[in-house]
Order: sequence, then C-alpha cells, then structure tokens
Amino acid sequence: MRLSEVPVGGSGVVRNVAAGNHGQGRRLEDLGVISGTTVRVERRAPMGDPTIYEVRNALLAIRRHDAELVDVELCQTAAGAADDAL
Amino acid sequence: MTHCEPESGGVIAPGALHVALVGSPNAGKTTIFNALTGLRAKTANYPGVTVTRREGVMHVDGRSVVLVDLPGTYGLDAISPDEQIVSDALAGEIEGVAAPDAIVMVVDATTLHRSLLFVGELLRLGRPACLIVTMIDEVVARGGSVDIDALSRAVGIPVVSVVGHRGIGMDEVRQLLAHPDEWVVPVVAPPADAAGRSAWVTSVLVGAYVAPGRDRRSRRIDAVLLHPVWGVLVFAAVMLTFFQAIFTVAAPAIDWLDSLFAWMGDQVHAHLAGRPGDFIADGAIAGVGGVVVFLPQIALLFLILTFLDSVGYLARAAFLADRVMGRFGLEGRSFVSMLSSFACAIPGIMSTRTIPSERRRIATMMAAPLMTCSARLPVFTLLISGFVHDRSLFGPFRTQGLALFGLYVLGALSGLLYAGVLHLTALTGTAAPVILELPPYRWPTLKAVAYQTWEGAWSFLRKAGTIILGSSLVLWVLLNVPVATPPAGSTEQAATAYKLEHSAAGYIGRGMEPLFAPLGFEWRTNVALLGSLSAREVFVSTLAMTTAAENEDSLPDRLRELRRDDGSLVYDAETVAALLVFFVYALQCMSTVAVLRRETNSWRWPMIAFSSMFVLAYVGALVARTVVHVLH
Repeated sequence: MRLSEVPVGGSGVVRNVAAGNHGQGRRLEDLGVISGTTVRVERRAPMGDPTIYEVRNALLAIRRHDAELVDVELCQTAAGAADDAL
Repeated sequence: MTHCEPESGGVIAPGALHVALVGSPNAGKTTIFNALTGLRAKTANYPGVTVTRREGVMHVDGRSVVLVDLPGTYGLDAISPDEQIVSDALAGEIEGVAAPDAIVMVVDATTLHRSLLFVGELLRLGRPACLIVTMIDEVVARGGSVDIDALSRAVGIPVVSVVGHRGIGMDEVRQLLAHPDEWVVPVVAPPADAAGRSAWVTSVLVGAYVAPGRDRRSRRIDAVLLHPVWGVLVFAAVMLTFFQAIFTVAAPAIDWLDSLFAWMGDQVHAHLAGRPGDFIADGAIAGVGGVVVFLPQIALLFLILTFLDSVGYLARAAFLADRVMGRFGLEGRSFVSMLSSFACAIPGIMSTRTIPSERRRIATMMAAPLMTCSARLPVFTLLISGFVHDRSLFGPFRTQGLALFGLYVLGALSGLLYAGVLHLTALTGTAAPVILELPPYRWPTLKAVAYQTWEGAWSFLRKAGTIILGSSLVLWVLLNVPVATPPAGSTEQAATAYKLEHSAAGYIGRGMEPLFAPLGFEWRTNVALLGSLSAREVFVSTLAMTTAAENEDSLPDRLRELRRDDGSLVYDAETVAALLVFFVYALQCMSTVAVLRRETNSWRWPMIAFSSMFVLAYVGALVARTVVHVLH
C-alpha cells in the first residue's frame, strides 16, 4: 500500500521508493526513507496535508503527493496506536 | 594549486588549508563554524548562483585553515540550488573556488542513521574527511549512547564528539583540522546505491550506537502546538504577538533614534553653514537616518524569528501553513519568508534561501514586496490620520485602525494571488518535493541567537550605508539644483516652495504629471513618489518639503488645506484612496530591486516585479479612485 494511505498511528516497512519526476524519490532516500526502513505515521496537518512521519528518530513532514511514491507493507499497530493516544 | 596562493589582505598565509564544513540543516554546523572562526566570517555569493558562501579563517599550530561553511543539505544529488553548490564546491567545479583539501562532516547524534547515509555518500568522493558528532548529550538523556572510538574504527575516519554551545571538544577539532594529511582514510568506499548504503550504516552502527528513545517531550509539545484547534489558536496568538511586538515594543527606540538623527542634523547645520551643511544634514543624515530609525524594528524581527527558528517553532509554523500556501504555488517555508517581509522585504527575500525548489523560491521572492513592510507604515499613518474620520464602528474597532488593517490584508492577499498567477504563467521548471524536517524542540543559547540577530541587523545597516546614502544624496541634489531666485518680498516658506518648484526635481515632477494626472497626483506628490524610490518613508519627508509653502500647520492639516491654482483640493478623498492603494502595490524601493537582482542573479525577475507591480499600483489606484468617487 502507499505510505500516504497508512492511517495515523500506523506504521509500515518501506518496500520500494519510486523515483518521481522531480527527483522526489532520491530526496526521500536521502532523508532515510529507504527500502527496509520502518516509517510511522505521526500526525496530519489541520487541513489533512502534509503528514508528519517518524523515520529513524527524525520527524519529517511530507506532502501527500510525495508520500504516494513510497510503497509500504503495513505493520500490526496495536502498540503504536496506544502510544499515540497520549 | 591556486588556493594555496596568499590571498589579498594578507590574512591567509601561504599554504593555507581549505576545509569544507558539510552537514544537514539543524545538525549544529553553524554553531561549530562560529566557535572555530569567531566573528570573522566573510559572506559572499558564489559566482553565477544565488547561494551565499560563508568563509572564516582559524589559526592553529602556526597554520591558517580556511573554513568554508557550505549550505545545510541532506545529500549530494542536486535537486535544489543549495545542493548544487555543495556538490559543485566539493568537486572543485566552481570557477575561482578551488576544491577543498579536506571535508569536515557534522552530524546530529539523535538522527545518526540518517546522517551517516550522507556521510557514506561524501566518503565516496575520496577526499580526507573527519566526522564531528553533535547532540550526544541529548542521545544520552533519551537512553541511548554513542561509542566514539568504535564509530571511528567502523567508519575508518577520525571522529570527534562536540557539545557546540558549551565548547566541549572544540580544541580537539582545532588540532585535528591542522593536520588533515595525518587523517586515516577508509579502506573501502561505502556502496553507491541507497539500500546498500543503508546496510553499510547499519553495520557501522552495530556496537557503536544505541539509538535514543522516542523524543517524548517534543511529542507532548507537538500534541498541543500541532493540534487542529489548539495548534491553530497558538499559531494565531504567535502571529499576533509578533506584529504587536514589532510595532509597539520597538516604537520608543525608533523615536529615540529619530531624535538622535534630528539632533545630528542640527549640529551639522550649527557648525557648517550654507550648502555643504545642507548637503550633509538634509541629504546624507536625514536620508540615511530616515531608514536607520527602523533598525530597532528590524533587529527585533530578527531576534523573534531567530528565537522561533532555533526553538523549532518555525518549522512547525511552516507545517501548519503549508496547505494554504500550496494553493498559490508556494510552500510552508514561503510563509516564514512572507512573515519577515512585514518588517522589510529584504530579510524576507534573503530568507527564501532555505526553500529547495527554485520555482517556489522565486514565487516567494516575488510576492515578498507586496507584504506591507514597515516603511509603508509612515505613509499609511500620515494619510489615514489626516483623511479618515476617526470614529468607533463597534466596540474597540475604529475606522482608522480598520483602514490600516484593510491595507495589510489587501497587500497579503494580493501577494498570495500574485505568486499564484506567476506559478501558472511565468514560472517554469520542476518543483522539488516539499519535505520539511521538524527538529526536536531545543532551547537555543543566548550567544547563538544574539549572533544571528546581529548578522541580520548588520546587513541591514550596511545597505543603509550604501544604497540609501547614495540615493538620498542624488535626491537632495535634484531638489536643490538649479537654485532659482524667488520673487522679491516673498516669505521664507514661499521662497522655499518657489525654489523647490523650479528645481530639477520640480521639473521632473511636472514632467510626470501627464502620467499621473488620471490618478489625481500633481507635481508635489510626483516628486515625493520619486523620492520614495530610495525608501518608501522618504515620501513623507519629501511631501513635507514640497508642501512647505502654504502655512505652518502640521503635515496632515497642511495636506487637507492644500489647493490647486483653480482652487480645488489637491488631496480630495479620491486622490488619498488612490495614493493608499498605489503604495500597497508599487515596488517603490530600489533596495528591494537590488536584492531581487542579487538573489535571483538576473535582471529578469526584478524587472518583471517592478513593471508588473507598477501596473497593479496604477490600475488599483484608478479603481480605488472610481470606487470612492461613486460612493462619495
């Protein structure tokens, strides 16, 4: 599934990052969004876009358009969802 | 090797080493650069591009080391002008700038895995390299650890741990930088592809790094500051405080500077009679003073913005604003630049350097001059206090305040729409992705905030000392040459007015009348408009000079009474409305034009901005005139 479709509180393991037509894929990889990495969906902006993701201890806000390039495998999220309730 | 030649000024000894400082934004690179070079950094632009280069010299063991602070980036694959510079500079492909002898990489220990991906890429360049790890204290506080020696062995290069703001580890860095020829180099270069490099990083970190726990403090703060309701309320409150502070807190200091410059002018008049005295007092001091009085405001603006930035809030503000800005072809960081432009478009335009996408960066720079800068405030205040009848509309909201607020809103909305139109028309090329890193909330050190505030204020002062001084002197000459002989028996004021009307500026003002007559502007206004090209607030002081003849009333009263030869009012409601709208749109500021030229590195964008904003101002003023005429 696409990273942009993962619900808030859920996480996924990156399977593939598409190149994108403006070099977005490369930029995502520079920031650690690489095949095999776990990405957690932290929070969406008040108007639904962009979304904050946690990648290897860093918080990255990514627009939906760019997050669509990332293909992930959804993880079981019971622990993550409870943690997100705050 | 050309870069080993002694450079002009004789500061750098022959054989000086050139070392490039590379790292991601927020890694603490600037703190380390400042600690190593003191306050002696030079800034200049790279030839042919818009990115600033900062350079400083440090002396250690009798050697000079030239440190070049490269822009913060996440990788070498160039998708932004900043990244292009970093990769070109490291490859030695910039004309007149030699390749560095060694690379110093600065990484944030809290995001070590991500940072080492970039380090792996840099190591593939095959230059001597060392690593500075910052924020280890934060990693330890969150239950992680970094073994510096193990990391050094695993990566195969020297590694130093530094606590930048306390200066811990800086001596070690200094010693290291003196002898890059002794640095160990990795036996095998890391893999080229991202997945391979990620695996390399994982293997390097085994036994050297325990990742910190999640940053619970930042998450708790974000739960409030990024909340759909509370977050937006806090955002609004921060913006309100920002404007309140800029316009009220700085006011006493501005008044004080104003009287200081008035006193200086008087002193010159008292000790230097005649034309030379006038030239210095009314040309140089009044001209430069008229702009330097805004220094407290500018310094306060930089202080607040630097503080919000180093705490980590500006990245959050950009995150909250991104969606709205996106509709106009801009992004979250454009919001921050436009915010700065409310004080002055120049720092606003300079702050767009953090925007990776060239096209969104240009859109932001072009919209910046339409934000109501502090130099428009004296003009608006004069016209509103003189011509808008002050009464309460409801509660504390009064007509004058709302009129001023309306002009601010008009400017901001027009700026967004202007960027949107450019986005759909003149701007070409691809837009880099919008990916914002939200750094952990951190308390900045007083020193770091003070230094950045000082840098911002200083660049503003330098501008006042050059561009504004020059244009003030030219204006003074135009207003005073040629010297006409007033009719005998006229009062002093009438004589002044007569001289002014028959000066070069007076003739130019009359020459402009056919152009501006449809807006209701006559020669006195035209001369003031011409004067305001050096800085908008000069409009007020020039108008004070050009209307000095009639009587000794205050300027607003004088303007209300001023009549043309046929007895009609010079400043009727239509003309005042036209003037206000004209000032909302017109790019009446040569400094902004110059900065646009420098930052876009072409005359194209400043020319487009100046001409299109003039057309907007002219048409807008005509519309305002018509609307007021119909309503009246």
